[in-house]
Amino acid sequence: MSGVSVSGLVKAWGPVRALDGLTLDFPEGSFFGLLGPSGSGKTTLLRAIAGFVTPDAGTVRIGGQSVDGVPVERREIGMVFQSYALFPHMTVAGNLSFGLEVRRVPARERARRIDEALALVRLEGFGGRRPAELSGGQRQRVAMARAIVTRPRVLLLDEPLSALDRGLRTEMQIELRRIQREVGITAIFVTHDQEEALTLSDRIGILREGRLVREGPPRAVWDDPGDAFTARFLGAANLFTGTPEPGGLRLASGALLAGPPGRTTGCLAVRPEAMALSPVEPGAPNALPGRIAALVFAGATVTALVEAAGQQARVTGAPSAFEGLAEGQPVWLAWPPGRAAWVAPDRPGVATGK
Amino acid sequence: MADRGERAATGRALAMLAPAYLWLLFAVFLPLAAMAWFSLLSDLPLRGREWHLTLANYRAFLDSPAYPALLWKSLRIAAVVTLLCLVAGFPCALVLARVIRGRSREALLLLVILPFWSNALVRVFSWTILLRPGGVLDAALSAVLPGEVRLGLAFTETAVVIGLVHSYVPYVILTAYLALQAIDQSLIEAARALGAGRLRILRRILLPLALPGLIAGAVLVFVPVAGSFMEPRLLGGRMGTTFGTVIEDQFVAVFNWPLGAALSFILLAVVLGILAAASPALRRSLG
Ligand SMILES: Nc1ncnc2c1ncn2[C@@H]1O[C@H](COP(=O)(O)OP(=O)(O)OP(=O)(O)O)[C@@H](O)[C@H]1O
Ligand SMILES: [Mg+2]
Repeated sequence: MSGVSVSGLVKAWGPVRALDGLTLDFPEGSFFGLLGPSGSGKTTLLRAIAGFVTPDAGTVRIGGQSVDGVPVERREIGMVFQSYALFPHMTVAGNLSFGLEVRRVPARERARRIDEALALVRLEGFGGRRPAELSGGQRQRVAMARAIVTRPRVLLLDEPLSALDRGLRTEMQIELRRIQREVGITAIFVTHDQEEALTLSDRIGILREGRLVREGPPRAVWDDPGDAFTARFLGAANLFTGTPEPGGLRLASGALLAGPPGRTTGCLAVRPEAMALSPVEPGAPNALPGRIAALVFAGATVTALVEAAGQQARVTGAPSAFEGLAEGQPVWLAWPPGRAAWVAPDRPGVATGK
Repeated sequence: MADRGERAATGRALAMLAPAYLWLLFAVFLPLAAMAWFSLLSDLPLRGREWHLTLANYRAFLDSPAYPALLWKSLRIAAVVTLLCLVAGFPCALVLARVIRGRSREALLLLVILPFWSNALVRVFSWTILLRPGGVLDAALSAVLPGEVRLGLAFTETAVVIGLVHSYVPYVILTAYLALQAIDQSLIEAARALGAGRLRILRRILLPLALPGLIAGAVLVFVPVAGSFMEPRLLGGRMGTTFGTVIEDQFVAVFNWPLGAALSFILLAVVLGILAAASPALRRSLG
């Protein structure tokens, strides 16, 4: 078991800089979720750690030691592919045995460790099956078992659950987490699903154009996204721009929005679920008059798009919170100042992700 | 209701298969039936000739030790040629499918197919120029090596094998190439991540997964080579008498069509027998 760290990683394909001076620590034993828009370099980072991609500059360290120049097959990594990449001509046991045979583990010990790994992923008795005879979720488990049966130093997963349907996915998320905890291995996984990253990870990292924009425990990143990009990318926050004043943010309309105390720079980010709507003016700070442009029903939640302060704000809540409201209706938008966060504004000229 | 839909689907499938079956009927079954008929005649049914039904043509094969010996020789050559085609063709296909990328791959693939577009006779004949005593090969070797080199390859069984391998190796390259390039790259990466080196990946992943293609290639080579006559005749000279040339002689030289037809069917039966005997083992290795 070892931590992983990368520093100053650069990888360019022609004019595209997939990794652009990326520095990041993956603490030992942690479950680290990598998030970012499509093309932000998540896969490239994972493949650089694995050794499939040779960076143009920078260093990858596993367990404190540089693995630059060490080929994939000697990096002692476990890898789970999006397509699972199970060997179709081998049985489940054969798939698990492959990495052990490479390491010249004696047959008896091999059988024991295969049984142990199959038990860990709850597939006892499936050793004799072929991958074609398994369901998607079972294949996923075999891929996990195969990746950890060799006791690698780090587990790399590139969108491991994206081929599964929603229900199975939630189940496998829990499984993934349980297996990682039981083995205690450092795991780095890429996902497109921010909810998945937030639920599973000890830490998350947000990539953008080959650079790290924010990193930390999910809760901390959620509460204090740091910049406008992360706020929008993670949880689709509403952003208000204006002139920061000691008391808050002065909008162009003249209204003053109160923000949390402390740093008063940049713009204010407010999450859709932190906002509330009311048909009459609430006697509270941070109340903006607006008009409901649309109400979107999504089962457990309803999202209202509200025109206010010259922009469109998203408000999300339980359906009961929207009773008696109709599209086109004038409303007041309000939120507690403590639920807003100061974030750095977008750099001019940079396309915003998502 | 579902039944009607199913029947309609079957009807559509039949309609789509009909041209293929008609083609098979005319191109394969009818000529074969005619040959089967000839093989049972005592003489060609031409005007002024006496003929009757007989098994004598088949008995002729057993009566003379020469025929089984020649059949054995043909099968032996076919086995050697098939083996050499596999040994030479697989690495080619491997490099084409897994090493070379982009435009140069297309160009190289074209070079593999190119021999098919040249006349087979010309192709084989060019080998006689290369191999004959004092020919291109001897001259080239004499130029680089000290002394006069006489390989003495012309008109030997080796020359026949060389010519046949040259003619048939593209089949193996193509079938193996198709099988190899269909292998998902992530399987190779998974194997590498598990610690496997090149040789192990070749042995445990690429070879087993390309096996169906190799077997298809082997069958495509073995069957026609067992009955080949042009290469043995041109390159083998006196040593080039094979089962195939004997059959050809019956048709074009001595006009004993019934015997030629009977010998053809014996060859067909033996080759089918070999494939049938090999198929359980093949199915096991593929399954
Ligand atoms: N082999 C390659 N050749 C050329 N360009 C590449 C290659 N691999 C990746 N890229 C480019 O590098 C950038 C980052 O790609 P990468 O696959 O790392 O993104 P990603 O974050 O994994 O995206 P996604 O979420 O869509 O999987 C992209 O612009 C991509 O086009
Ligand atoms: Mg990716």
